[in-house]
Amino acid sequence: MSRAAVVAWNTFREAVRDRVLYNLVFFALLMFAAAILVGQISIQIEQIVIVTLGLSAISVIGLLMAVFIGVGLVSKEMDKRTLYALLAKPVRRWEFLLGKFGGLLLTLVVNTAAMAAGLFAALWYVKHPLERGDAVVLVAVYFILLKLALVVALALLFSCYTTPLLAILFTAGLYVAGLFVNEMRDLQSATMAPGMKAFLRWLSYLLPNFSNFDVMAAAAHGRAIPAMLAAQNTAYAALYCAIVLAAAATVFSRRNLK
Amino acid sequence: MSAPKMRPLLLGVVLVAGFAGVWRLQRGIDAQIVSLHQEQDELVLRSGPVLKLMSLEYAPLLADLYWTRTVQYYGSKNTRAEHQLDLLWPLLDITTTLDPNLLPAYRFGSTFLAEPAPRGAGMPEQAIEFLNRGIRANPDYWRLYQDLGFIYYFDMRDYGKASSAFLEGSKNPKALPWMKVLAARVSERGESRETSVFLWNEVYNSTSDAQLKKNALTHLRLLRGQEDCEQLDALAEEFGKRRGRRPDNVQDLVNAGLIPGAPVDPLGFVYVFDADGFAQLNPASPLAKDQPIYQRPM
Amino acid sequence: MAGASIEIENLTKDYPFGFLHLKKKRSLEGLTMTVEDGEVFGFLGPNGAGKSTTIKLLMGLIFPTAGTARILGKPISDIEMHRDIGYLPEQPYFYDYLTAAELLDYFARFFDLTAADRRERVERMLKKVGLETARKIQLRKYSKGMLQRVGLAQAILHDPKVVILDEPMSGLDPLGRREVRDIILELKRQGRTILFSTHILGDAEMLCDRVGVIVGGRLRGVGAPDEIVGVKAHGMEILFEYAGGGGEPSRLLSGATRTGNRYRLQVEEGELYATLEQLRGAGAKILSVTQVKASLEEYFMHLVEADRAQAAAVEVYGK
Repeated sequence: MSRAAVVAWNTFREAVRDRVLYNLVFFALLMFAAAILVGQISIQIEQIVIVTLGLSAISVIGLLMAVFIGVGLVSKEMDKRTLYALLAKPVRRWEFLLGKFGGLLLTLVVNTAAMAAGLFAALWYVKHPLERGDAVVLVAVYFILLKLALVVALALLFSCYTTPLLAILFTAGLYVAGLFVNEMRDLQSATMAPGMKAFLRWLSYLLPNFSNFDVMAAAAHGRAIPAMLAAQNTAYAALYCAIVLAAAATVFSRRNLK
Repeated sequence: MSAPKMRPLLLGVVLVAGFAGVWRLQRGIDAQIVSLHQEQDELVLRSGPVLKLMSLEYAPLLADLYWTRTVQYYGSKNTRAEHQLDLLWPLLDITTTLDPNLLPAYRFGSTFLAEPAPRGAGMPEQAIEFLNRGIRANPDYWRLYQDLGFIYYFDMRDYGKASSAFLEGSKNPKALPWMKVLAARVSERGESRETSVFLWNEVYNSTSDAQLKKNALTHLRLLRGQEDCEQLDALAEEFGKRRGRRPDNVQDLVNAGLIPGAPVDPLGFVYVFDADGFAQLNPASPLAKDQPIYQRPM
Repeated sequence: MAGASIEIENLTKDYPFGFLHLKKKRSLEGLTMTVEDGEVFGFLGPNGAGKSTTIKLLMGLIFPTAGTARILGKPISDIEMHRDIGYLPEQPYFYDYLTAAELLDYFARFFDLTAADRRERVERMLKKVGLETARKIQLRKYSKGMLQRVGLAQAILHDPKVVILDEPMSGLDPLGRREVRDIILELKRQGRTILFSTHILGDAEMLCDRVGVIVGGRLRGVGAPDEIVGVKAHGMEILFEYAGGGGEPSRLLSGATRTGNRYRLQVEEGELYATLEQLRGAGAKILSVTQVKASLEEYFMHLVEADRAQAAAVEVYGK
C-alpha cells in the first residue's frame, strides 16, 4: 500500500511542476476579481455573484484538470514508456493505478483549496466580516471535490484501455449524462414504451449521479446544507470510485503494453 | 538600418496601422448594424426550462447573468426614453426560472412590470402572477407580500386584496409592525395620500437598488405635486369667488395676496393653471413627463 | 535447474491485429533457453526478431500466449521477484520534470531501504554513470546518451542479481558505448547475471560468454560466439604494399583487393608460404598476415537471408 503512496507523491510532484496548472489557478483568481466587478453592477447581488461565479470557476477548472490530466495519467505513461522502468520495480499494477489516482486527487485538493481561499477573500472584501452562514460555501466546495474524484476515477478507467481522445469524450459524455440522471428517472413521456422507461430508470441508478453534488443555489443564498447529505454524498462518491477503480485495475492488469 | 534591426520597427508599424484600420472598420460596421436591427436586444431563447436544462449545473450563474442583463436592459430602455419594455417579462421569467430564490429580481421586476408607461411595462396582472410565483418559492420573505399589497393598492386599486396581502405578510415574525397597521388602514379607508406617501417612503428607505430608489422618489414628488395642485385649486376657488373668474397663473394668486410667493414643484418649476383654471405641473418640468400617460392632460 | 538464473520454456507470443483483432501475428515462437548464473548472455537478432518481445515478457510488461519462464527460480508473474532484477528499457524516457537524483530516489523508494541507504546509493550510482554534475537538471533537458546512463543507473541501483538490458548501447557515441561496456564487465566481475539484447555484433563478440540468435521469432542457435559460427577458418589474409617493378605477380594482384598501393589477398592455409615467397620475390612489402574466421556477421546474414527466403516461399506457395 505504501508503494501506491510513493506513486501518488510522485504524480503530485509532477503535476505541480507542470506550469499549466499555475496558469489555471491564476485564471481562477482573475475570475474572482471579475466577480467583484460584476457584482458592482447590481449591488444587491454582489455576494450571490461572487459565490456563483467562484464556485462555477472552481468547478469548471477542476473538471478540466480532472478530465485532461486524468486521461493522461496512464496513457501518457504508456505512450512515453515511462511506465516500463516503473513496472520493472516490485510494484503491482493496481498499486500504480491507486497511486496515480491519489496523486491527481491530491493535486486537485490543493488547487481547489487555493481557489476557495481566493473565493473567500473576495467574499470578505465585499462583506466584511464573514458570517457563520458563509461556511455553506465550504460545503459546496467539498461537494465539488467529491464530484472531481469521481471524474478522475472515470478518466483513469478509460485511460487504461483506449486512446486519450476517446477517453476524453467518454469521460465528458458520462459527466454530462450524469447531470440528467434525475430527468431520466422520472421521464414524462406519453409516447415512450413502458419497457423503455423501466430500462431508463434502471440505467439512471447505474450511471454516476453528478447532480447529487449540485448545491450552488443553496450556497449562493446562504441556505444550510444538511450534514446527512454530506455524509451520504461522501459515501456515494467513495463507493462509486471504488467500483470504477476496481474495474480499472482489472482492465489494466491484463493489458499488454506496447 | 540593416534588415534584422528593421524587423521590430516594421512590426510596430504594422500593429499600429493595422489596429487603426481595424478600429475604423469596426465603427463602420457598428453603424451598419444599428441600421440593420431596430431592436438591438433580442432574446433568442425564451424558454426558461430549456435554458435551465442547458445550463447543466451552472443555473445560478446563468441566473446572475440574466439578472444583470435585465437591469442593463431596463436602464438603457429608460434612458433611451422608449416606452415598450416588452423584453422585461421574458427576461424576468428566465432569471427566476434559473434561480427561483433571486429575491431582488422579484422586487425589481414586480415594480417595473406593474408601473405604467413610461416608467414600466404596464402589466400589473403579470406582476401579481410574478410575485405569487416568488412567494411560492420564498414563502419566508415577507417583503414580497409588501410588494403584492403595493401593486393591488396602486395599480389595481383593489383595496380589499391589498389589505389581505399586507395582513398575510404581517403574520411573518420578521415583518415590520406597520404591515399590520397598513392592512387595517387600507381596509378601512382605501386609497389615501397619506398611505401612498408612506408606502413609497418605505420603498425608498428599504431598498438599495438605485433604480427603485429613483422610482420611489419620482412617485413621492408626483404625490407632492398632486397635493400642491389640490391646495392651489382650493385657492383658485377662493380667487374665483372674489374675482369672478379663475386665475390665469399663480402670479394672480400672489397679487391677490392669497399666497406669499410663487409655489414651485419639487424640481423648482412654477405651477401653472390650465385653460379651465385648474392647477397642474408646469409642462417644462421633467416631473410632468414622469406622470403616467393617462394622468396627463390632453 | 541449479545454476540457472533465467529459465525460459516454450515461450510464445501472438499479437492480435486487424479488424476486431481477429488475425494473429506470431512474434515469438516456442523459445526455450537458459541463462546461467554469472554469465553475460547476448540476445542477437535483427530489428523485429523478437528480442524486445522476449525481454518484455520476462519483465511482465506483456503476457505470454503460451509457455513459462522463471527468473531466480520464481515465475515471471511474481512481482516480488522484481526486487532482484534490474531492467533498462529500450530507448528509455523518464519523467520530464524530475531531476536525475529525484528519479533515482523515486525508484529507490520501491525497495525497502532506509533513507540514508537510499541517499548513499543514489550518489554512488550517479557517480558511476558519470552524471553527478547533471544531477539537479530536469530530465527533459537530457540528451539521449544521458538518458541512457540514467536508465542504467536505475537498473542497478538496488543491487540486483540479474540485470536485463534492452539495447543498452543504442544512441551512444563510442565513448558512451565504451563506458557501458565497462559497466557490464564490472557487473560481471561482481558475479551478477546479465542478459542484454543488441543488433550490434561487435559488442556481442566482445562481451558475451554466450549468445542466442533470434531471427523471425525463433531461436536459431545458442552458444559461445566462437562455437556458434564454427571455427571455420577460411584461410589467411595477407596485407602487403606493392609499388610496381620486379617480376609482376599479376596473377596474385588480380585476386587481391586494392587500395592505392596496398593489397589484401586471401589464400588457403596450405598455400600461405608459397605466396609469401612469391610476393617477397616481386619486391612487395609484407605488412601483416591474419587468420580469417567466419564472422558472426556472416552467420547472421546467412540466417536472415534464409529466413526471408522461407517467408517469401510461404507467400508464394501460401503454406
